[in-house]
Amino acid sequence: MGPVTSVGTDSPVDGIVATVPIVLSLLVAAWALVAAVRHRPPDRVQFVGLAVLEVALLVLGVLALVAVGGGEQPGEPGAFFGYLVTLVCLPPLAWVLARMEPTRWGSAIVCAVCLVTPVVVVRLQQTWEVLGG
Amino acid sequence: MAETRRTNSGPGRLLIAVYLLFAIAATSRAGLQIATKFDEAPVAYLLSALAALIYIVAAVGLARAGHTGRRVALVCCSVELVGVVAVGVLSLVDRELFPDETVWSQFGSGYGYIPLVLPVLGLFWLWRTRHDHA
Repeated sequence: MGPVTSVGTDSPVDGIVATVPIVLSLLVAAWALVAAVRHRPPDRVQFVGLAVLEVALLVLGVLALVAVGGGEQPGEPGAFFGYLVTLVCLPPLAWVLARMEPTRWGSAIVCAVCLVTPVVVVRLQQTWEVLGG
Repeated sequence: MAETRRTNSGPGRLLIAVYLLFAIAATSRAGLQIATKFDEAPVAYLLSALAALIYIVAAVGLARAGHTGRRVALVCCSVELVGVVAVGVLSLVDRELFPDETVWSQFGSGYGYIPLVLPVLGLFWLWRTRHDHA
């Protein structure tokens, strides 16, 4: 019943679940950038931020998997799951490298990875919505 | 100036991190393209795979430091620079040649031109640390 609406509105990787990790990631990136500019090694805030970001990304991932389990399909399944796996690996990668580099460059690494994360979230959304386009 | 640096510490570690990100991006893109639609654009997809391989080897070279690591990184960064410029030019001149996007198409515009900047930074970093590795 009713006209067919945009597929995008049903996307499980849209709205608040995607906005939260994007905003979090940018906040951590900004904080890490300030630390790098001030010659500070990665601090507690950065590591806690990475942990919270990882939780937010895992929530996003679980919701996506639940949607797929419920019969929904991403537009490009291969790319979608590729991005999803990459996404949840990014904060741990930043964490490990930042631990190895307790200098301003560790903060720079956290900043770089936290700038890439929102891009991957947006790409993830695009690979879900391809069918609607 | 005062501190001795190897290619795998300080700013070098940041460089390795970015190389790792590109290794992941290029590998997954190439893997997916080759697995799902290799026949559509074999040249573009093999090129993606080659780029992926180079990013991985360059990251390892920089991370290992030492003589061999530096030489490996030097070769990789050079090939990368030549590759991104050549593919960038070719993809503009003859779009038929690369019907599907690769990491290096249009000088890496799909990746914020970082593929173009990265080998330059890599070569610069190798040059900056040239006296520190002995």
